[in-house]
Amino acid sequence: MTTTDPRTGGQATELQPGGSYRVVGTSPAHHDFVDKVKGSLHYAADWQLPGMLYGRVVRSPLPSARITGLDVAAARALPGVAAVLTAADVPHNKIVERASGGLAELEVTMPVLAQDRVRYFGEPVAVVAAATQQLADEAAELVNVDYEELPGVFDVESALADGAPRVHEVGNTLVSWQIRCGDAAAALAAADVVVEAEYRTQHVEHAYLEPEAGVGWLENGVLTLRVSTQVIEHAATIAQILRLPQSKVRVIAAYMGGGFGGKEDMTVEPFLALLVWRTRQPVRMIWDRQESLAASTKRHPFIMRYRTGASMDGTLTAQQVEILGDAGPYPNLSPRVLFAAAACACGPYRVPNASISSSAVFTNNTPSSAFRGFGAMQVVYGYEGQMDRLAERLGLSRTQVRERNFLAKGDLLPTGDRLDTCVEIGQTMHRALGMLGEPARPSRPGKLVGRGLGCNRHPYGRTIWFRDRASAWLSLQADGTLLIRSGVTDLGAGQAASLCQIAAEVLGAPLDDISIYIGDSALNPPAGGTFATRQLYMSGNAVLNAARELRDRMAPVAADLLGVAPAELEFADGRVRPVAPDAPDAPDAPDAPGVSTAASITLAELAAACDKRSISTAHLSTWRAEAGSFDPRAGQGDTFPDYTYGTHAAEVEVDTETGQVTVLRYAACHDVGRAINPMRVQGQIQGGAMQGLGYALTEDMALQDGHPQAALFADYLIPNAQDYPDVLVDIVESGEGKGPLGARGIGEPPIGNVAATIASAIADAIGARPDQLPMTPERVLGLIDAAASAGRRT
Amino acid sequence: MNKRQIMLTVNGRDHEVWVQPSQTLLDVLHDELGLSDVRYGCGEGLCGTCTVLLDGEPVNGCLTLAVQAVGRQVTTMRGLLGPGDTLHPLQECFLRRGASQCGFCTPGMVLTSLDLVRRHREQGRARPSREEIRYALVGNLCRCTGYTKILDAIEEYADLAAGQ
Repeated sequence: MTTTDPRTGGQATELQPGGSYRVVGTSPAHHDFVDKVKGSLHYAADWQLPGMLYGRVVRSPLPSARITGLDVAAARALPGVAAVLTAADVPHNKIVERASGGLAELEVTMPVLAQDRVRYFGEPVAVVAAATQQLADEAAELVNVDYEELPGVFDVESALADGAPRVHEVGNTLVSWQIRCGDAAAALAAADVVVEAEYRTQHVEHAYLEPEAGVGWLENGVLTLRVSTQVIEHAATIAQILRLPQSKVRVIAAYMGGGFGGKEDMTVEPFLALLVWRTRQPVRMIWDRQESLAASTKRHPFIMRYRTGASMDGTLTAQQVEILGDAGPYPNLSPRVLFAAAACACGPYRVPNASISSSAVFTNNTPSSAFRGFGAMQVVYGYEGQMDRLAERLGLSRTQVRERNFLAKGDLLPTGDRLDTCVEIGQTMHRALGMLGEPARPSRPGKLVGRGLGCNRHPYGRTIWFRDRASAWLSLQADGTLLIRSGVTDLGAGQAASLCQIAAEVLGAPLDDISIYIGDSALNPPAGGTFATRQLYMSGNAVLNAARELRDRMAPVAADLLGVAPAELEFADGRVRPVAPDAPDAPDAPDAPGVSTAASITLAELAAACDKRSISTAHLSTWRAEAGSFDPRAGQGDTFPDYTYGTHAAEVEVDTETGQVTVLRYAACHDVGRAINPMRVQGQIQGGAMQGLGYALTEDMALQDGHPQAALFADYLIPNAQDYPDVLVDIVESGEGKGPLGARGIGEPPIGNVAATIASAIADAIGARPDQLPMTPERVLGLIDAAASAGRRT
Repeated sequence: MNKRQIMLTVNGRDHEVWVQPSQTLLDVLHDELGLSDVRYGCGEGLCGTCTVLLDGEPVNGCLTLAVQAVGRQVTTMRGLLGPGDTLHPLQECFLRRGASQCGFCTPGMVLTSLDLVRRHREQGRARPSREEIRYALVGNLCRCTGYTKILDAIEEYADLAAGQ
């Protein structure tokens, strides 16, 4: 458990090491932090090569149109322009995304550059490279495209109506998932009470501060891209687009200036690849902010219809859920997002009879795809809304009705999955509420104060039928220092640094003696991309296993030199020594200076001794996640490896004259299994909660007939330093996660609870619950006015 | 291309650079002088990732023309580093408090808050309160940290500076 710094309301960083670990459970400021505070880290845009050209994408100004003419002559004629490419110049102009693994979705291809048809505002039509950015921008303006506007569909309900314009000939429903257990209809009919509501969420922008960027070049005949990406494995798709062997494409991921899922699909990669391949020169491409806001993928807006049945004591008996997600015009990762939504739609509660359906629907809006939370976060607004409504209907407290239904280890989910790790959701609920302290009073008449909470169950790791794996390579160098190579990409959450801590824990190399090489599809063993809160789980286990296997291989050599059994050794502080007899399991403090270390050898001496015996001190290990399968027809099967549970609590003040919601206090508690680096865990929770507050109250990437309404950060309001209070954090360490040393993932989970928590607090204040996001002053005022006029009528 | 040669003084060193009158200070610092700690984030003065100090005052590099910086002292975050790349005490506070995640906003946060603490000291005022720091940072967006640790770091530095 961490402590709250009473001076600041923030958290102290001097945290107690967890359990008997030396490095895991501490919060060292490691290599990436140091480079970041010096300003010396080189992001994707910070790369220059001789003769480098500058790229620009030409995009559609219409959301649905036929391309009737395309003239690039004027652009090509501009002095300094090196290339103007269109669909005709793309060797294989089809990106096929099978996000569900081909389990259930329509097969719809997405062009790299539109050929005869555009399906959203901002769809790429041509791409330009020129000697300067200014020239590239001018050339892009000179590309002349004739469009014939076509009817489009701009919301999911219209898209599903009879006779709706088709986004693709095959139809407007990309995928439909069904999850069934028991008999929900019968159980609802027999329930003592049924609560019913519809919840709506909006398009949301990731708004990472580093826009999409990268530099590409040719090196030894290999097309090399150094980009801001979460997924270097896109190298295979890029090879396919250019019809190159996969060995001729290399993707390097720079440390990212934020990603949040928005750099999980390709962004600049295919355009850089085409321009580099055609011009044979280095090319840089940076999307400007307007371009990023308008054309990058968004969070799926959801319409969620919930019917929940319960007995008089609050025990849930049934839940029916229908979810529609706006996919935009191309599949991207929508099939998996909507699957996660369905699989998590009942939250951290036991539901014996469930009927859940979710569909991803094509529209001519901006494409939706991955965004921190990935479908499993939108549904929290729905299932927590239902729990609050149920409590109100039955006259129970909000905590009572939840506690009556919390899942426990051994329980079955509606999918038929059995939970095989502990569920500390109740503990997180009490701790989160406890952090709110004494209730505040309204600051003046006309203001109302309310409190709310939101619990969640969020998966970590990929959907289980992908048979996920990650590899890592470790090498003890001759001087006793350690190298780690991993294909992991680093979003800024400490993905690489955590791996160093795990290796340091097992092999005893000091953190300063460890260098880690990440995010290179040619030089690193594959780690499978940073998304789905999977990298601590996957690469953390890969490094843990690699380190343990390497230690096991070297231990007999050390044991021989020290005259003890291999099992009696400890690796710590750059040395190997016999475990002190009085403390076999808990080697506490490192040796004080001056204490003899004669009965030990350094890691350098161990490396030399291994070399003399022809024992390799380098080791590659591949870790495989648990596997399983899902039957989409039966709506039953294996879904995710495990979940992270947590609760947020908030106190808000609502101005009844303006509808303005002010967050007074905010607290978050999650069970992270084990905190590898508590400070970074706090950072994930605080950052996730803040992003969730923007989602709850201000952020809306609204579209009008397919045209984005926010063009700048002046229109799209992400939280600034003044908007919200500090996020108070408490961490539960149950030790029962499936990540390394019992850790659970924490990247995505903490954004999930927020909107539900704020809605719960607003409802507590004004007596009416907002069911549409964002909960703007206009909407809240509308609820207050509606409640007032209903009060007058009765 | 209408370029002219100007002299820019950046982090205490003089640089002769050829620029177009329309080029922003951001573009010249980042692309011509290789100062990757001055970053494009929005190009409209809203996010603060291109913050530099111009004669000690924070400005947005994307809204300042390079020619406007002639004859003035430009300081980027790297200019705060001491001999051998040693960290400035404010940078140490950021490091200790975990105030960077992706790190993209860090230079702007550091330079803006450095100026705030300096102004308070020069004006003989008490060190800035947490609320005053929040107010000073509204033009520096962060999407990763939720601000809490950034505020912790700046308060710690403000205490250190007040004790000097």
